[in-house]
Amino acid sequence: MIGTLLIVIVAAPAIAAIGAFVADHTRTAEALNLAASLVVFAAALGLVVLSGGGHHVYWRQYIMLDALGAWVILCGAIVYLLSSIYAIGYLRLLDEDERLPRFYALFAGFALTIVAAPLMNNAGLYWVAIELTTLVSTFLVAFERHASSIEAAWKYIIVVSAGISVALLGTVILYWGGSLVLGPTYDLTWETLRRAAPQIDPTILTLSFLLVLVGYGTKVGLAPMHTWLPDAHSESPAPVSAMLSGALLNTAMLGIVRFLAIANAANSGFLSRGAFIGLGLFSVLVGALFIVRQRGIKRLMAYSSVEHMGIMALGFGIGGPLGVAGALYHMLNHSLNKSLMFFGAGNAMRFYGSKAIGGIRDVGGRLPVQGALWLAGAAAITGAPPFGLFLSEFTILRAGLHGNYHWVTYAMAVLLIIIFIGFLNHFRAMYYERNYETSEPGERMRAPLSAWCVVPMWLALVPLLVLGLWWPADIWYHFAAISQSLSGALP
Amino acid sequence: MVVTQLDPLAASLFSLMTIISLLLAFVMLGSRWLDNYLYAFAAESWVIAGLSASVGYYGGYPELYLIAILTALFRGLLLPYLLWRIIRRLSVNRELHEILRPSSSLVVGAAAVVFSLVVAYRIGEQLHLTGTVVVLALTVMLSMKLIGFLMLTIRHEAITHILGLLVLENGIFLGAQILVPGMPLLIELVILFDLLIVVVCFGVLVRFLIAQVGSTSSLELKRLVG
Repeated sequence: MIGTLLIVIVAAPAIAAIGAFVADHTRTAEALNLAASLVVFAAALGLVVLSGGGHHVYWRQYIMLDALGAWVILCGAIVYLLSSIYAIGYLRLLDEDERLPRFYALFAGFALTIVAAPLMNNAGLYWVAIELTTLVSTFLVAFERHASSIEAAWKYIIVVSAGISVALLGTVILYWGGSLVLGPTYDLTWETLRRAAPQIDPTILTLSFLLVLVGYGTKVGLAPMHTWLPDAHSESPAPVSAMLSGALLNTAMLGIVRFLAIANAANSGFLSRGAFIGLGLFSVLVGALFIVRQRGIKRLMAYSSVEHMGIMALGFGIGGPLGVAGALYHMLNHSLNKSLMFFGAGNAMRFYGSKAIGGIRDVGGRLPVQGALWLAGAAAITGAPPFGLFLSEFTILRAGLHGNYHWVTYAMAVLLIIIFIGFLNHFRAMYYERNYETSEPGERMRAPLSAWCVVPMWLALVPLLVLGLWWPADIWYHFAAISQSLSGALP
Repeated sequence: MVVTQLDPLAASLFSLMTIISLLLAFVMLGSRWLDNYLYAFAAESWVIAGLSASVGYYGGYPELYLIAILTALFRGLLLPYLLWRIIRRLSVNRELHEILRPSSSLVVGAAAVVFSLVVAYRIGEQLHLTGTVVVLALTVMLSMKLIGFLMLTIRHEAITHILGLLVLENGIFLGAQILVPGMPLLIELVILFDLLIVVVCFGVLVRFLIAQVGSTSSLELKRLVG
């Protein structure tokens, strides 16, 4: 059953990508991509339910499904579904109909790489999958072909490729450390490495984790390696921004977490966890500083992603059942919420014809329904109750106090308050101030925003509210199984 | 491969080849002509291919012969050819604005090598492997990494950035041949093909850069800040 679902989840976006490319017809491509995203979402739900606590290995140990991977895939699949719906409405506003089939082909291909990477059971193949996500998404970032989007794409591919080559170095060094224990040739699977970890020299283990942390940390957008992130997220079309932020970053985070599990298994995780927590806290700090003084609406969202990745890093770094559960719950909530925020930002950008926060004013009066949805999302993303992110951030804070990381917890709490004030201040200006800082906009709007642009915002906000009020017990069990497998205790 | 019981001839052969690759990385650092970068990179790839083959011969890994052939074909011929085609399209053939003159960057590169040597020596000490080819391999691997990053930082041309990335990869690949020659064939093959796709993608992006930005120098990429 799981095997069938795995084939389905990989085949659906692959077929959509090829189909969209071959058909070369906009409506067909839209339909194919949407259908694929529905199938991927359904299959991902099935995988999470079926994966349980165990892990299932296929195809000569190259493919593996475990509870953690299934969860990351589910988060990605949700964003893929939402942004596929949104893309239909948004891209029709761009007046580039003849290039849309290629966009959808790339978009489905991007989803394919995002779904495939968590399934890789081999540290080397995982690296290749992450590299592929970069290559495919570069062209999505560059899709609008403005000088600024090409610049963003170039910075993205250079910074991220250089970054993850450091992760490859870490992987090779870990393989070398393992070869001193296991003999020259062995399969580089996560499970093998975890079992061998206690015998691997601790220096090599720590060195390789730190290299991997910096490498995949670049892709995750942990500060100070986050420099590509605001550019790429702000210059790509809104559905792509949502995919980058809500799906891609998680996929890379998974790699760091898997390597951390290896370090934990050797009981030498002290320095590794410390570095992870330090980078996480620094990301929240950088996010806070840049959010307070931000002028671009999508860059605001991008720095918020840096911040949330930092929070997730804190959760995983602090560890323990609470920390891991908080981080995983945060992953889901952030995926939903950040999609909502980017959709709202895309709508506002199209409506006002401006990327600057100063050019967006009186949103509540001009766009009542989406304005309300977007404002609710803004409250949610800063961690206000009763939305899901409040619950997950609170869990991580509790984990910090529980695990004797008092100062980290206090610092995180203070920074979250700063972000709350800074972020919502921008929204106050956009909703309640009347004076435009830039030229009077509103005339450049060609067509009214269609339902395609609003429905996914509802689809994101409602679950976010539900998850904030009710944390289902089944999800708890799923998280407990994951944190068990990450703690280093061998099953 | 048991590095402690290596044939002295093999050990000196490996050392020679790693040192030559490191020197070729310095050639790239010390020049400002794009052509020189390209030739140095191609030569470096050929040396690494030779290293793969000799590790395969002395260590008894026949699959490394295949890797050596593919390395020579891909990294030594195909990638340089693709890059040469990109260079031909460009209007520039050298680095125009330098943060550091080539001579100064050589000094910085030397400092990077010393740093790598210290790190590698410490690791070697920890594992009781000092005096073997392992320390040298680690040193060259780390210093090519640092030299690649140096090229990415102090040079501005798009083509130099691509070559800088390829030097990063070459460094890892070279180290991997000596440290982990038994690495599964599949991984190495996938990474080789991956590199090819990377370079093709870069080629397309360079064309976009010329068309939209009008320049391939990263100095012109300053629209997005803050």
